[in-house]
Amino acid sequence: MIGLSQVYALGGLMFGAFAWLSLRDRTNRNRIGNAGFWGLLAISFIFGSRLGDLANGVLVIALILLGGTGRMGRGAPSTTSAEQRAARAASCGNLLFLPALTIPAVAIGGTLLLGIPLRGVHWVDPNQVTIVSLALGTLIALGVAMAELRPPLLASLEEGRRLADTIGWAAILPQLLAALGAVFAFSGVGTAVGALATSWLPLDHPFAAVAAYCIGMALFTAVMGNAFAAFPVMTAAVGVPLIIRKFGGDPAIVGALGMLAGFCGTLTTPMAANFNIVPAVLLELPGNAVIRVQIPTAIPLLACNLLLMYLLAFRF
Amino acid sequence: MLPLLGIAVLALGFAARLNPLIVVLGAALVSGLAGGIPPLKIVAVLGKAFNDSRYVSLVWLVLPVIGLLEREGLQERARILIARVGAATAGRLLIAYLVLRQITAALGLTSLGGHAQMVRPLIAPMAEGAAEVRHGRLSERMRHLIRAYAASADNVGVFFGEDIFIAIGSILLIKAALEQAGFRIAPLQLSLWAMPTALLALAVHGVRLWRLDARLRRMAIEEHQ
Repeated sequence: MIGLSQVYALGGLMFGAFAWLSLRDRTNRNRIGNAGFWGLLAISFIFGSRLGDLANGVLVIALILLGGTGRMGRGAPSTTSAEQRAARAASCGNLLFLPALTIPAVAIGGTLLLGIPLRGVHWVDPNQVTIVSLALGTLIALGVAMAELRPPLLASLEEGRRLADTIGWAAILPQLLAALGAVFAFSGVGTAVGALATSWLPLDHPFAAVAAYCIGMALFTAVMGNAFAAFPVMTAAVGVPLIIRKFGGDPAIVGALGMLAGFCGTLTTPMAANFNIVPAVLLELPGNAVIRVQIPTAIPLLACNLLLMYLLAFRF
Repeated sequence: MLPLLGIAVLALGFAARLNPLIVVLGAALVSGLAGGIPPLKIVAVLGKAFNDSRYVSLVWLVLPVIGLLEREGLQERARILIARVGAATAGRLLIAYLVLRQITAALGLTSLGGHAQMVRPLIAPMAEGAAEVRHGRLSERMRHLIRAYAASADNVGVFFGEDIFIAIGSILLIKAALEQAGFRIAPLQLSLWAMPTALLALAVHGVRLWRLDARLRRMAIEEHQ
C-alpha cells in the first residue's frame, strides 16, 4: 500500500539530490553547509522513522545549527536568463501552463479516486490520499514537462535546487514550528493558557464569555501557530463550561465559530509559517509582508465572528 | 504558569530579529525546562515531533517542476496571457482567485491552490502583469504589495472555505472535542454554521482587494512625480 512513507522517501531522494548537486557546485563558498543541510533533511525523510526519538532530536539540532548560524550560501545552478525566458514564453505559447495545471488536476482527481479500493484492496492508504495524490501530480507534471519541453536531464533538479537555495534555512521553519507546538503541549503550555483565561477574566455575562472565548482562540492560535492546538484547550476551559453549559449556547454554533475565530489568529502570526512565512520567502518579500496585509482582514473578521456567536448561539 | 516562559522567548526572539530557527530551539528548551522536563527528554520530544511533522515540508516536492517551468518562461507567459485580458486588474484577478479558492475548498478540493504550486508560478505573476498594463513599470513597493495580497487571497480563501466541507480535519476536530464534553453534533451542522463567516470573509477581503487597484494607482502617481 502506498502511503506517507513512500512519499517521504521521494522527498528524501529530492533533498539528497539537492545535497549532491550543492556539493559539486564550486561557485558556492558555503557548499559544505548547503550539502550538509539538505543531506541531513534527506536522512530525516528517508530514515526518520527508523532513527529513534533522541537521534531525530540530535538531527534537528544539527539542522538548526547549520541553518541558523549562517553556514549556508546560495549556489549558482545553470538556468536561463531573463531574455531567454521572455523569448521562450513567446514561442512556447499557452502549452507551458499544461504541466503547471497537471499538478492540481491530478491532486484533485487522485483525492477523489485513489481512496476507492480496487478489487477489494486499498492500493493507497485511504487516510493519506491527498498527500499521495499531490506527490503523484508532481511526478506526472514533471513527466509532461520533460516530454513537452525537452530540457537537459538534470535541469529540473538544478532548478529545484535554485529555488531551494532561495528558500534556504526557512525550508524547515514550518515543520520546526509544528514540532514546537508539540513541545509546548508536552510541557503544559496549553493548560497554563487555559487556566490563565478562566482565572483572570470576568466571565459572568454571556457576552464576556463569548468575547473571552473568541479572542482567546485567536490569541492562543497566534501563539501556537495552529487553531487545532488551541481549540480543545479553549473549548474545554471556556466554551463548554461557560458558554454552552452555564449560558445555554448551542454547541454546534459555538464549536464552528470558535474554530473560525482561531483561523483569524492564524492570519496574523509568523508561527503559522507555512501560510505566512513560506509565501513571503517564495515571493521574495520581507518576512512580515504577508501578515501585514492580512491583519486588517483578520481583526474585523474576528469582531464579526464574535458578534455572530453572541447573536446566534443563544437563539438556536 | 512557568511553561509560558517559552512563549516569551519566542516573542522576544522574533522581536529582536534573531534567526528564527535558533529562537524556536531556545523556546522549546526554555518551555520544556520550565515544565520540569529533563534536557535529553526535551531533545527527544522535539525529535519525535519534527519527525511526525514531516508532511509539512512535502510542499517542497513541487520545487523541481515549478523551477523547470520557470526556466522555460512560465511566469513571463502568465504575464502575457493576463495582459491580453482588457478588463483584468490586479485587484479583480485576486478577487476571482479568492472566490475560486473558497468555493473549491468548500467542496473539499483544498489542493487546488497553494503558495508553491499556484501563487508563485501563476497568480502573483498574473496580478503583477495586470498591474503593469495599467500602471506601467512597477516600483518595488508596488510589486511587494501585489505579491503579499496574492498570498493573502490564497490563505483567506482556503481558511474560510474549507470549514464548509464536512470531512475536513477542522470539522472532525470540533466534532471530537464536543463529543468528549458529551455533545453529539453532526458535521453537516458545523459546516452550516461556518457559512456566515465564510461570506463575511469574502466580503471583507474582497473589498480590500477591490481597493488595491486604487491604492496601486495612487502609488504609481507618487512614483512618477
